[in-house]
Amino acid sequence: MPIKQSWGSRLFDGVNAAMLFAFALITVIPFIYVIAGSFATQKELLTRGFILFPTEFSLDAYKYIFSTQTLVRSLLVTVFITVAGTLINLFFTCLMAYPLARRDMDFRKPILMLVVFSMLFSGGMIPTFLVVKQLGMIDTYWSLLIPGAISAFNLIIIRNFFQQLPDGLEESAKIDGCNDLGIFLRIVLPLSMPAIATFALFYAVGHWNTFFNAVLYINDNTKWPIQVLLRQIVILALGGIGDSTAMESEVPPPDQAVKMAVIVVSTLPILLVYPFLQKHFAKGVLLGSVKG
Amino acid sequence: MLIARLMRNRWLYLMVLPGLLYFLIFKYWPMYGIFIAFKDYQPYLGFWDSPFVGFKHFDRLFSDPNFIVLFRNTFILALYNILFFFPLPILVALMLNELRHELSKRIVQTLVYIPHFMSWVVVVGIAYMFLTTEGGFINVLLEKLGGEKVTFLVSNEWFRTIITTEVMWKETGWGTIIFLAALSGVDPQLYEAARMDGANRLRQLWHITLPAIRSTIIILLILRLGHFLDTGFEQIFLMLNAMNREVGEVFDTYVYAVGISQGQYSFSTAVGLFKSIVGLILVVLANRLAKKFGEEGIY
Repeated sequence: MPIKQSWGSRLFDGVNAAMLFAFALITVIPFIYVIAGSFATQKELLTRGFILFPTEFSLDAYKYIFSTQTLVRSLLVTVFITVAGTLINLFFTCLMAYPLARRDMDFRKPILMLVVFSMLFSGGMIPTFLVVKQLGMIDTYWSLLIPGAISAFNLIIIRNFFQQLPDGLEESAKIDGCNDLGIFLRIVLPLSMPAIATFALFYAVGHWNTFFNAVLYINDNTKWPIQVLLRQIVILALGGIGDSTAMESEVPPPDQAVKMAVIVVSTLPILLVYPFLQKHFAKGVLLGSVKG
Repeated sequence: MLIARLMRNRWLYLMVLPGLLYFLIFKYWPMYGIFIAFKDYQPYLGFWDSPFVGFKHFDRLFSDPNFIVLFRNTFILALYNILFFFPLPILVALMLNELRHELSKRIVQTLVYIPHFMSWVVVVGIAYMFLTTEGGFINVLLEKLGGEKVTFLVSNEWFRTIITTEVMWKETGWGTIIFLAALSGVDPQLYEAARMDGANRLRQLWHITLPAIRSTIIILLILRLGHFLDTGFEQIFLMLNAMNREVGEVFDTYVYAVGISQGQYSFSTAVGLFKSIVGLILVVLANRLAKKFGEEGIY
């Protein structure tokens, strides 16, 4: 039975909705500005200082950046790091989380303490850098894959998740002669696929956005992931994108449009998986709010 | 007995081993490496043979005029974060909670969560496109309105404002989730009962909605205080340049500049250690405080 709303109450609703939509608009306008600008022509960017929507549509900026070896290579590096890195994350995290979820595991508490303490205190940037250096990982992709192989936070959440699975399944598998690894692979993992998918997405976004570790560990600019290249082009404006393979015959597109196109290209994959992220992330956050 | 028990769990040990090694090598070995803060570490001498110098690097840090600057910059940025950013997700969550139209609510939520997944490079990059004096949106707008260009990106005055605004833009939407989750647990009957008693929307908000997220607010505030010194490193690193270093340099960026760029490993480790220890103390204190408020605490 709908209750009749008072006048003041309806005004409140209207103002509230308007303000929320304004906030949402403020959130997306910068993206629209950048996406629209990346399709603008030089003429339009020069004559009208700013545009939200170009009247003339041009793909020059994209043609230009994809004709350069630098950007394509960076994208490939990033794709590789994202795929390999996520697989490594999941392998290490799940494999470690399962024994820690088992009540009959010895040394469970001390190992968990070790994990939790690493969240409260760390060696810091320089000692970690020196370890990575000592292991000979500088300027190799390993430095972007291994030092972050397990997030202690994710480990604990996945472990809590494994712990919630009914014990009975494990018991019966054991009676059937399954060893612990078999139980993990054949029973626990398949049952946990939705949760693991959530963490896979989170890890993958982290790898796609890898920036500082690459600044720290990768000096060789042919191995730069896209975020580092993006910083060079947009923020440091060194124009690292132009190299000998770029087409020289054509009129170079406006600098602004190129920068915007690079931003779009390095953001697009995330926007593409965003619907999936959104479906899963609330779950992830709520799992995260459960005490470890 | 023991052997039998160990053998029985051998698969579990085998499974835990890679992860354990990971934590020992990449978390605990660096902690051990902290000792170079008390040595004059020379790469060619190695860890063991570098001379022990005691608290020399800490003496240098505390007598360095930079120390005060670092502390002030970190403190002000953290304070701005708590004052201006922290209340925002609460406010937006409350507003979303009042939005009865489900579709509108979903649309707004979908849009405002997006920036959280962008890297800081992208966010700072977009900020650059907006704020640059060479055809940036804001400066063009200022000029069209008859004003003068402002050098936002290379100025001391604007640095903190821009940092805080970027955080607000990127994380406000995402920050609402935890409050919305707490709000979704509120029994709708409470609101009905309040309406029966003649409470208007504002009073319902005050007496039902706010108490429902009170403990979430407290725990998040305490958590934030525990990480007081952790001003967003990547963001500041990206926004920093020669013209705003005076107000923008914080402990983490200083460690990078001195340690990696200048190769003063021991001194920069000492700076990092100082920050880690203060951070640890703050987290422990914050946790105590949380427990005092009757909350569960974080560990």
